[in-house]
Amino acid sequence: MAWEVLLLLLIVVAGTSGELCVTRAMKTIGEVKDFRPAALFRVLIRAIQVPWMWLGITLMAVAFFALLGALSVENVSFVVPVTALSYAAGALGGEFFLGERVSRRRWVGVLLVCIGVTLVFIGRK
Amino acid sequence: MKSLSELHLKTYILIFFVVLFAPIGNVLLGKGMKVSVGEINFHRASDVAGVAVRALTSPFIWLGIGFLLLFFVSYLLVLSWADYSFVQPASAFSFAVVALLGHFALKETISPTHWLGIIVICLGVLAVGNTHPRTTEHK
Repeated sequence: MAWEVLLLLLIVVAGTSGELCVTRAMKTIGEVKDFRPAALFRVLIRAIQVPWMWLGITLMAVAFFALLGALSVENVSFVVPVTALSYAAGALGGEFFLGERVSRRRWVGVLLVCIGVTLVFIGRK
Repeated sequence: MKSLSELHLKTYILIFFVVLFAPIGNVLLGKGMKVSVGEINFHRASDVAGVAVRALTSPFIWLGIGFLLLFFVSYLLVLSWADYSFVQPASAFSFAVVALLGHFALKETISPTHWLGIIVICLGVLAVGNTHPRTTEHK
């Protein structure tokens, strides 16, 4: 049980932190407006020079292996809904790490997700 | 210039791929971990190394990774023309699809409370997605 909770926590926290780091890296590059292959390739080259990008990719890889670990002991219909907690972690991270203003409606959604995950925990097996 | 209905059709087809490919990928990963790898004993380091070998030689795992890549490409493609605030709520349905696939394809038992939880999660994700996609100053 302790391992399981740790793995679920890793999926949510490492996955969301990874996405936040990747977002931060892409924001330092600026909005992509040119979608021609050569221009996209230049964006890619610039993206991999941002340290946040590598931290983000590493964290997302950790989350992927934690997902595999969790799926070895738990049902996919349990693990995947629990990963929806990423929306809560994302809202918190967006507000405090990226300086986004999270609207009340979005917090209501986050609250619903948390209630749903609680029900999934209570209702399993 | 492309007609509006053509753009709508293209968007809905890609969103259909998004909410189908991600759950199929995850269900295949689940199947692979159960069939090819088995329950991991995290207390023994040697066991964890064996798990990595068994996972990376499992056809289910590679098929799952393939579907997750297809999902990712579809997601990036649709985001190249559609609004994130339009695409993101659609991902709510993938939680229902993964439960349905888990139930029917992997024969997982899902209690009524579990189903209720999944429905509430879908509603929550819909509410999260239906908000303004950009709140920071644009440089």
